[in-house]
Amino acid sequence: MHLRHLQLTDFRSWEHADLELGQGPIVLIGRNGKGKTNVLEAVGYLATLGSHRVSSDTPLVRHERERALIRAAVVNGDRELVVELEISPGKSNRARINRGAVGRPRDVLGIVHTVLFAPEDLSLVKGDPAERRRFLDDLLVQRSPRYAGIRSEYDRVLRQRNALLKSTGKRGARAAADDPYALSTLAVWDSQLAELGAQLLAARLDLVADLAPHTAAAYDGIAGSPGGEPDKSAGITYRSSLGSALPADYGTPEGQRADVDILIKALGDAVVESRESELERGVSLIGPHRDDLEITLGGSPAKGYASHGESWSLALALRLASYELLRDEAGEPILLLDDVFAELDRHRRARLAEVASRAEQVFVTAAVDEDVPGELTGVRYTVDEGRLVRE
Amino acid sequence: MYEGVVQDLIDELGRLPGVGPKSAQRIAFHLLSSDPADITRLAEVLGKVAEGVQFCETCGNVAEQEQCRICRDERREPNVICVVEESKDVLAVERTREFKGRYHVLGGALDPLSGVGPDQLRMRELLARISSDEVTEVIIATDPNTEGEATATYLVRVLRDFPGLTVTRLASGLPMGGDLEFADELTLGRALSGRRAL
Repeated sequence: MHLRHLQLTDFRSWEHADLELGQGPIVLIGRNGKGKTNVLEAVGYLATLGSHRVSSDTPLVRHERERALIRAAVVNGDRELVVELEISPGKSNRARINRGAVGRPRDVLGIVHTVLFAPEDLSLVKGDPAERRRFLDDLLVQRSPRYAGIRSEYDRVLRQRNALLKSTGKRGARAAADDPYALSTLAVWDSQLAELGAQLLAARLDLVADLAPHTAAAYDGIAGSPGGEPDKSAGITYRSSLGSALPADYGTPEGQRADVDILIKALGDAVVESRESELERGVSLIGPHRDDLEITLGGSPAKGYASHGESWSLALALRLASYELLRDEAGEPILLLDDVFAELDRHRRARLAEVASRAEQVFVTAAVDEDVPGELTGVRYTVDEGRLVRE
Repeated sequence: MYEGVVQDLIDELGRLPGVGPKSAQRIAFHLLSSDPADITRLAEVLGKVAEGVQFCETCGNVAEQEQCRICRDERREPNVICVVEESKDVLAVERTREFKGRYHVLGGALDPLSGVGPDQLRMRELLARISSDEVTEVIIATDPNTEGEATATYLVRVLRDFPGLTVTRLASGLPMGGDLEFADELTLGRALSGRRAL
């Protein structure tokens, strides 16, 4: 798929931007702080309804304006759709498809697919588990949009359950754990947590199973010397807060697809078992919100063991694997390469450029021309003082 | 800022749900220009509300007497109870003219974030009604959102031990007159899993 037209109004630093686009590379060159990344962020927002840089919508709207508008004409095969998103922080965002209002912004998920490479990707390997959970969930939503709803409902149940654990636990965890009345209320939220959590967990396990072979192959391609095999292989494993209660062959390429009913039962049992420590600490300790994606290199965990260069290769491998997965299942995603070449060595640069040059559409930002590999010659824009000038 | 009582009025109106500062200002100036008799009548109604609205002793719906109109109505089936969150939900179900039973208004849904547990809802009154009256079916009609679903789950857990009592939940699914292609995945998923044989 590709964007044929992109229009931004009061989005970040752009009072107005209007881009007629075609297939192939679109290179945005400009000094720092001129708004190159903001363009990529807008395209990414169409795909995930979130930004890769900030968690709230407020900074996305131009200073002292009430709302921002992103409008894009999306071409997928021989079909064209016009998607519009209106972002108004503090109110509910609105969406339109082909000028017709849709119920919720969530309904536009699944129209645009993107895979973004950014300097922040290094934190996929070196950062907190939350970064990796977000990586999985964002990919999950692109793969199957209904998980956006399940995830937000799960978050809501979690907040309610934590509030209840906190207020019940105040009286002393042991006393509460023996109080049938307190337990009967808690049991309601247990079952909500288990039901929604199991759906999210099953989807993540299947995703990891499908992503693992792509990740290993991508890492071989990046880290292997030309013509030779790399000395270490990359792997990803889903680490669940269920521990050994999780069937061992779930989440592995050779294993079974995860069964939601089995996971509902496993989560339900685990929650009951950790009742006392949950009441003591006043938070939910079991569920997909406590899980992690373990990234390994040559069998040892990458976090802490992998070198800086290896960590970069792993981060790239995860993104390239996402690209391959989405391409197989949902149609070719749009690639977004945000200032990423400056961070890579010659070999990794060449590998990424090779994939990107074959993509249907790719947006590239860079501070200077020299950072853009020769393969990615396409339409070039210089970005300066709120203007985009086509060369 | 306006002077004195006008600003007080705007501030008070602005605290109402769904009324922003601009709407509050518009309503305030509308009141200032309207007939004093209208304002007095509004003030009287508000005064009566403040003195205490009566709630039906049986079902918890707003009422003029000790019992609401529906609970007094002999023609309504006494053995089916529809459990709803708020009085406005009673009106919503009544508008269908499909339901001939009686109601029970919980006064909200389980919401630990706002400190609402079963004790804050009219759960005990419901259980008392079911054990004493000849109730054979309870229809759970709480909202299809996180809190409403949790309340429904709680009710099912509490009610399943009553012998001979059928507990049902409103079906959730597609709106009439809608298009299948525009239904969101969650709704369509529910509709699919709750499908019925014809």
